[in-house]
Amino acid sequence: MPLETTTTKQSEMTINVGPQHPATHGVLRLVLDLNGETVVKCTPHVGYLHRGIEKLGENKTYTSALPLSDRLDYISNMTNNVAYCLAVERLFGIEAPERAKYIRTIMSEMTRLSGHIIWIATHALDIGAMTVYLYSFRERERLLDLFEMTCGARLTLSYARIGGVRCDISKQFVEMLRAFTDEFPRRVKEYETLIDQNRIWLQRTKGIGVISAEDAINWGLTGPTLRGSGPSYDVRKDVPYDAYGDIQFDVPVGKAGDVYDRYRCRMEEMLQSNRIIRQCLDKLPDGPILAADAPDLVLPFDAPKKKTFEMSLSHASIAFSEERDFFPAGEIYSAIEAPKGELGFYIISDGNTRPYRMRVRSPSFIHVSAMPKLSEGHLVADVIANIGTIDVVLGECDR
Amino acid sequence: MEQLEIASHIQAAFPDEVKGINEFRGQVSMTVKKGRIKDIMSRLWAAPEFYFDFLEDLCGADYLGRKEPRFEVVYTLHSMKHRHKIRIKAEVSESDCTIASVTSIWAGANWHERECYDLFGITFIGHPDHRRILMPEDWEGHPLRKDYPMQSDLGDREWPGFKAVVETAKKNKRYEVR
Repeated sequence: MPLETTTTKQSEMTINVGPQHPATHGVLRLVLDLNGETVVKCTPHVGYLHRGIEKLGENKTYTSALPLSDRLDYISNMTNNVAYCLAVERLFGIEAPERAKYIRTIMSEMTRLSGHIIWIATHALDIGAMTVYLYSFRERERLLDLFEMTCGARLTLSYARIGGVRCDISKQFVEMLRAFTDEFPRRVKEYETLIDQNRIWLQRTKGIGVISAEDAINWGLTGPTLRGSGPSYDVRKDVPYDAYGDIQFDVPVGKAGDVYDRYRCRMEEMLQSNRIIRQCLDKLPDGPILAADAPDLVLPFDAPKKKTFEMSLSHASIAFSEERDFFPAGEIYSAIEAPKGELGFYIISDGNTRPYRMRVRSPSFIHVSAMPKLSEGHLVADVIANIGTIDVVLGECDR
Repeated sequence: MEQLEIASHIQAAFPDEVKGINEFRGQVSMTVKKGRIKDIMSRLWAAPEFYFDFLEDLCGADYLGRKEPRFEVVYTLHSMKHRHKIRIKAEVSESDCTIASVTSIWAGANWHERECYDLFGITFIGHPDHRRILMPEDWEGHPLRKDYPMQSDLGDREWPGFKAVVETAKKNKRYEVR
């Protein structure tokens, strides 16, 4: 009997990537409609990590809502803390002292380094260059040690405070950080020698996930994901907060708007962050680390002994200065440059001790929404490169 | 351009729509009626002197029992070219909980509006993909509304579905349930 021959015809197929997939950086789920190996339609599904941080924030006092911000982008916590504290400071009209501003800037840039290190490690791992992971985590370990040295935590720091920072940095910390910054540019070179000229890397990244400058702005992309396409929008330059106004640094931009240019942007950004840290360490002023009028769980250390009233809350008693109208009614949108992009807090206050509405504008959420734009018409393998290049953290995306 | 200047320009162009201009800590927010929100947004986007090409943020706010109309949709706009910002707040009432979508102007509004629908129950007319986003598709209620409880009303009592789950597990006998 002759074998029956079946004619294979090119047909569409739907496959599901995630939520449990090593290359989706968390619990991102993508439904891909394929024609052969080309992605016809890409539908991202998010929300697997939704913890209702905005709702929780509305039910906590300003001080006790701070640790929630750690749980947004859980690999770059310090920038989240700073974003939250800065928003509340702007709302209350508090100004952090100079030293606190510099410490925050140092910590933010260290966080940016550790965030970008995670990004290069996982992004390269996804595309097939495994070695970078092993090298880059060595540096991340040193950064985490420095965090631990300052505030005792490695991951969920909660180090920034409304009106300053929690505790001062030690001499030893400054020495160790300086040694790190001396060495770090060499390490970045090391990563670059591993992948920069690698033919496979170039083929996997050049001309992939292209988005024009107009489209990128229209889609609301921010951070290195936007700057890879050309616009030099950086909140640190645009609305300088903390010590960024006194510091010299460049904002690297790309041209082509593809995965490779975004990779170059982030690599350059690491060197710039290193430069910022060095400048901050040189300029680090002396003085208090917490504003005298900052609300906190304890009274600020050198606050004038004013008449205060105690307010008993469910867990702790918070002391407020009576002479100051701490909780003005109003609303504020305050943004900072997080490693992933623009992280904004929109807080509506009704004059109460709790925020009436706390909105988090997270960059990852917007970046995932642009996944169809980046992926449709490309091959399945490029979807993975695109997930890496938008540098998504689902904790921040789902909130 | 200064924020107040932009606001007064818009007020001159849409005198019936603008309900109020308010400044707090250097940030200007303009409250408008929702009827011609798309016209206002198109104007802000297209006019060369404004050129708000970047929708920074879009979110909802619920003023239950404090204000009428109950909801607000808040747009934070930024111009990459002129580096200025403005905040537009469109009022949405509970009885007619709809507003025009701005996805045709800013593609990035797509997920913001889905989120706003998901968490506040405001329907965006003309949205290309109007589904829930953060909550499961069969979820009841809209969590960020002020009348949505923070904790369940069960208290210490057992969740009524728990017994059924245990029974099913026992029936399948794959897991030992004590």
